[in-house]
Amino acid sequence: MSTFPQDLLYTAEHEWVSDGDPATIGITDTATEALGDIVYLELPAVGDQLRAGDVCGEIESTKSVSELFAPVNGEVVAVNAAVVDDPALVNSDPYGEGWLIKVAVDSPADLLSPAEYRALATRD
Amino acid sequence: MTDHAATDAPELHTPLHQEHLALGATMTSFAGWQMPLRYTSDLEEHRATRTTAGLFDLTHMGEIDVVGPEAAAALDYALVGAMSKVTIGRARYTMLCQADGGVIDDLVVYRPAEDHFMVVANASNCAVVVEELRARARGFEVTIVDASLTTALLAVQGPAAEAIVTAVVDDPAEAEAVRALPYYAAVPASVAGVRASVARTGYTGEDGFELFIATDDAVTVWHALRAAGESHGLVPAGLSSRDSLRLEAGMALYGQELDRTTTPYDAGLGRVVALDKDVDFVGKAPLRARAGSEPARVLVGLEGLTRRAARTGYRVLMGGGGAGVGTVTSGAPSPTLGHPIAMAYVTPEVSGPGTLLAVDVRGRAEQVRVVPLPFYRRP
Repeated sequence: MSTFPQDLLYTAEHEWVSDGDPATIGITDTATEALGDIVYLELPAVGDQLRAGDVCGEIESTKSVSELFAPVNGEVVAVNAAVVDDPALVNSDPYGEGWLIKVAVDSPADLLSPAEYRALATRD
Repeated sequence: MTDHAATDAPELHTPLHQEHLALGATMTSFAGWQMPLRYTSDLEEHRATRTTAGLFDLTHMGEIDVVGPEAAAALDYALVGAMSKVTIGRARYTMLCQADGGVIDDLVVYRPAEDHFMVVANASNCAVVVEELRARARGFEVTIVDASLTTALLAVQGPAAEAIVTAVVDDPAEAEAVRALPYYAAVPASVAGVRASVARTGYTGEDGFELFIATDDAVTVWHALRAAGESHGLVPAGLSSRDSLRLEAGMALYGQELDRTTTPYDAGLGRVVALDKDVDFVGKAPLRARAGSEPARVLVGLEGLTRRAARTGYRVLMGGGGAGVGTVTSGAPSPTLGHPIAMAYVTPEVSGPGTLLAVDVRGRAEQVRVVPLPFYRRP
């Protein structure tokens, strides 16, 4: 049963972005449901410059691998070491402990509201 | 004039479809069937099968009855194994090959009676296997009946399988017969009030049973197994964990380790070819030649030394990321072993256990080591 926290913004690639600076970024439970058990994460490094829409990492599950896309423009200021060690955290708490990176946002990006993301995620 | 593409035939549902939906299964399309991919978590279903037991709906598999006074002779000709040598009540893993020795399907053949064999085929190849058997059976006194759509198949696999399955056998004497079944043997039994063929076979590397029943009885038996399995930790398990379990057990999957360009020998399964059968069989001469010659490539196990898993189709390279030496046929993280595992065809020179190689995993060379199969053996 997917959830759509109201205090976050979203992308069509099933990422969430928190309000504030630095912005915290993760993937939605729509994504984790589709992926199944996540077994490995490749995340950008602190100091990396991200450009919105570019591939910046990989999320590997038992059965498949998905690309992680940068949802915003900015510099990576933190990477969640806990999920790198234990990728299952992303499945168990995608909006909390399962956060992926924090980014100092340079310029606004085109993000989806919770309602827009819900419509997209529940479409199929 | 618009050219309308033929509409795909609607997908088949097993009799347990509603049960899977009620359990919240993620369904997937497989060989024209809607099948449960997973119910909760691939890792949980895999681990449960290795520690307690997993319950699998395998109704998509094909079941073909081969019946008649010359059933054994017909199968000796049609298949590579010596089916006439299979004792009544036993089963044998074998293959149906093309005239050039290439594998059309891998099969388990059961022999419930002198003149009755049941051929279990992969869902994706069932129609082709039926067609080939019928063509090869011409001239033999035998009938080939495709019973796939009226036969359901449930598997209980894991250390607790024997306790669970014997608990659903109605008659104590039949329950004892099931308990005492050796690997690759089967007996008829009344299970939860319905007729079943109970076989000690499986595709996980654990002890386990496969129950062949009429489709009309599938829901009854599913519920009986779940009830009996409750106190033993029986967990419904989907096709995803089925695949990771068989990979750990080093078992071939048709379409990956086996296809029409491979002979049984290429996959290290030459043992299924009964070259000493004194009758002709389809593929005999090329298979005999292949058995006596140096292989161009060898199927090996690869143990991943990093965290990124090799997957089907990835290139295998010399250690350090050098020249290409082969291709991965199957690969995934191993839940039991805690590192990636893969099977791959490589050139004979690099096939020795201990050889350090690499796999191109999406642009980066990940180190791997050749290891003997299987990766996992049950304790």
